[in-house]
Amino acid sequence: MKQEIKLPEIADNVVSGFLARILVKVGDVIEKDQSIIEIETDKAATDIPSPIGGKIVDIKVNTGDEVRVGQTIMMVETGENVKDVKNVKNGENVKNVKNGENLNDSPALTSLTSLTSLNTSPPLTALNISPSLNVLVPASPTVRRLARELGLDISRVKGTGPGGRISDDDIKVHAKEVIQSPKTAEFAGYAEVPDFSRWGPVEMQPMSRIRTITAESTVSSWQTIPQVVQFSKADITEIEKFRLESKAVVEKAGGKLTMTAILLKLSAMALKQFPKFNASVDMKNKQVIYKNYINIGIAVDTEQGLLVPVVQEVDKKSLTQLSVELNGIAERARNRKLTSEEMQGGNFTISNLGGIGGTSFTPIVYPNQVAILGVSKSAMEPVFRDGAFVPRNMLPLSLSYDHRLIDGADGARFMVWMCRVLEQPFLTWL
Amino acid sequence: MENHQVVIIGAGPGGYRAAFMAADLGLQVTLIDPQANPGGVCLYRGCIPTKALLHLAKVKEEALKAGTWGMEFKEPKIDREKVKQWKESVVSKLTGGLGQLTKARKINYVQGWASFIDSGTLEIKGIGQKAEGKNQEEEISNKIEFEQVIVATGAVPIKLPFIKEFTDRIMNAEIALELKSIPKRLLILGGGYIGMESATIYKALGSEVSLVEALPNIMYTMDQELVGIYMKANKELFAETWFGTRVTAMEEEDGKVVVTLEEVKDDGVEKVKNGKIVKNGKNGKSVKKEFDAVLVSVGMRPNTAGLELEKAGVEVDQRGFIKTDEQGRTNVKNIFAIGDVSGGMLLAHKASYQGRIAAEVIAGQKSVFDARAIPAVVYTSPEIAVAGLSELECQEKNIPYRTVKFPWSANGRAIAMGEPVGLTKLIIEEGTERILGAGIVGSNAGDLISEAVLGIEMAARASDLALTIHPHPTVSETLMGAAELYYGHPVDMAPPRKKS
Repeated sequence: MKQEIKLPEIADNVVSGFLARILVKVGDVIEKDQSIIEIETDKAATDIPSPIGGKIVDIKVNTGDEVRVGQTIMMVETGENVKDVKNVKNGENVKNVKNGENLNDSPALTSLTSLTSLNTSPPLTALNISPSLNVLVPASPTVRRLARELGLDISRVKGTGPGGRISDDDIKVHAKEVIQSPKTAEFAGYAEVPDFSRWGPVEMQPMSRIRTITAESTVSSWQTIPQVVQFSKADITEIEKFRLESKAVVEKAGGKLTMTAILLKLSAMALKQFPKFNASVDMKNKQVIYKNYINIGIAVDTEQGLLVPVVQEVDKKSLTQLSVELNGIAERARNRKLTSEEMQGGNFTISNLGGIGGTSFTPIVYPNQVAILGVSKSAMEPVFRDGAFVPRNMLPLSLSYDHRLIDGADGARFMVWMCRVLEQPFLTWL
Repeated sequence: MENHQVVIIGAGPGGYRAAFMAADLGLQVTLIDPQANPGGVCLYRGCIPTKALLHLAKVKEEALKAGTWGMEFKEPKIDREKVKQWKESVVSKLTGGLGQLTKARKINYVQGWASFIDSGTLEIKGIGQKAEGKNQEEEISNKIEFEQVIVATGAVPIKLPFIKEFTDRIMNAEIALELKSIPKRLLILGGGYIGMESATIYKALGSEVSLVEALPNIMYTMDQELVGIYMKANKELFAETWFGTRVTAMEEEDGKVVVTLEEVKDDGVEKVKNGKIVKNGKNGKSVKKEFDAVLVSVGMRPNTAGLELEKAGVEVDQRGFIKTDEQGRTNVKNIFAIGDVSGGMLLAHKASYQGRIAAEVIAGQKSVFDARAIPAVVYTSPEIAVAGLSELECQEKNIPYRTVKFPWSANGRAIAMGEPVGLTKLIIEEGTERILGAGIVGSNAGDLISEAVLGIEMAARASDLALTIHPHPTVSETLMGAAELYYGHPVDMAPPRKKS
């Protein structure tokens, strides 16, 4: 008896994942709970265990595919009877899925799973359709064409007609949702790229999940936020001395006292001082949302790409606590052990490229935040002070902010405040 | 070298559809075909002439039947020459019309043959009569550059290894349609739809027709329930039949063809077909039989000879059909292939649809072949038509379904026409009640199936069909009746017994 293995629910609100690796091959005999594929979802990688044992007769997905919860990934030959197939089909995989997110509820998807084949050529992929996949989606030819022309995958459209039949209006509603949602991956309104092989050899690689998310969120930010960048340099000669002197104390506690940790602490203070920088813009309801908590994201460079874990309630933690926490976060990020919860809920972000170099840069504000602090490499510079040049350790800072909420004067004030407390941290006591 | 925007090789139903669509979308189109007018095998030597002859067969059958109802006609006298002329007039009317439509669209029609030099150049040889401008014929052999090309060269009958070439006695379907003679004893090789339609024609023309088929039954890939009903109505069609039998040799002697028939040996392998296990119990006996003519209709192969596809780097599959994606695009980006030459079901209407899609894709539209139902019709008497998923396919795909069947013996019009042999069945998805497939055997089944095809494409449910008023009395009511059966309350039948 052939049975389907479908992608089970992975985490809350996760409806699809990026197939990083296939761990088995056709002909393999697998046991129940043996890992069969590795799925990258929302910046975390997970091995998916097989719900059944048997011999793999067909693998319906390829590395690099986006696989949806409920989609058939493999066919397995088992000795069991038909009844068990039904259990697998309507069993736990389906039950766990939340209301509204229950993809298996739609007749489109249930019937479609048995026909899955994602081997489409590039021009077809560009259309965001895989026809063999859509064979049983209940929609008329005209409606199917409308979906194609809008670049929508019709198998994701919820039909409101009898038997889940999809109408023009269903397509339009879905298109609106897709356009309005920050995750525009599904919307294939992207322009076609030229055929570069005309000019030389090329190699195609699918975007990783992390790359895709970064691309989508930066596009979304770039398109919705009018960004202004304020540059300045802070004299950190004294605070650098303090950092070196206090290193040992923090090390004892299991942390590393870095400039990032210090900036994290001072930023929390700055956000209290300038609450607009801790706010979000809600254009739909024409309101500004001020947050009474201070969570700050830290951009971390990993082998897989950019990750932005969030440190919660920064203002309530000591510098030592923050240093210890940062250490742990960075390590988990590099080992891909961060959970999606750990990367949500930031109000402000710090991106420190000082360890790499450069004099200044223009960071991009994270979607639904209003400001980001970019940090470059500090250097000894001659500073004219009291009638003479003196060598001072200067740290270049770049503050990008959302002009919809923050005006130039606000931005300059924030920056000046940051620089002053970096020069004389005792000012924060006042 | 001349540059051509879109070149279409082959002007059959796929090729001319692509050419017309591309021209209507504002592209410059060159259409190349060896014939003076578009039409291809379908119009010149296939669908259309067979239908003309099958119509005659039908008229004869009806006239004979009328005798038993009290209206007797004399035994029909067949004037072969006149039949031939009539058939040819049908063909020339249609192909001539296509020629005019080609001119009206300002399509550059080249009568000739094309072969690839590389993925951007073609060599064209042939008679340089253009649809536009000069009318005199001139020999041409020139090279042209193209931006996009659509290969639509169709398919040709398979020749068995012991046949050197097709003749007036050892015919393929095309030669058989020329009606050069009406053989007294005709053997048909292959019980597919071409074999069955040809058998119907020659039987009506007066031949004694026999059949040899390697598989256990005629039209073996079709729904065997429908085929069974057809067979019941056609017990007299064949003089002799040999199933599970192959032809191993064929000799032309003194105006006769001697054929060696050999039973397909029992290889001990059980084959599952249509859900049934088929065990071949034959022992490989061989026998010699004599006929006046033989019609070979054992299948088709892609017509790619002379195209030099390999020079353009176009990939073909193991059987030689050009590999394409759902837009008709081959592995070479600017080369498309549609219709029979690209494999799948070898049907004119499928080719035509693919031609439209390929033209739209070339014109930059987001089109794709996403038909849910490709109807297939055998124009025998009665006709057999199927569309969408079969019961077997539903089983394979694990789709829960229920089949409902409406026999034509319960349909007033069928009885009034003297055509009570027929069945209309619908395959309906349990749960959604969607119509997934349909099969009809009966008079004009090919025309009736379209309603089911539309239903499948529109994702109609059985209730949509049941709640649609059908004219009375027509055989189309059997579709409504079958849909009503799904809910257990058909008009013209006793309600099915409730399962306890």
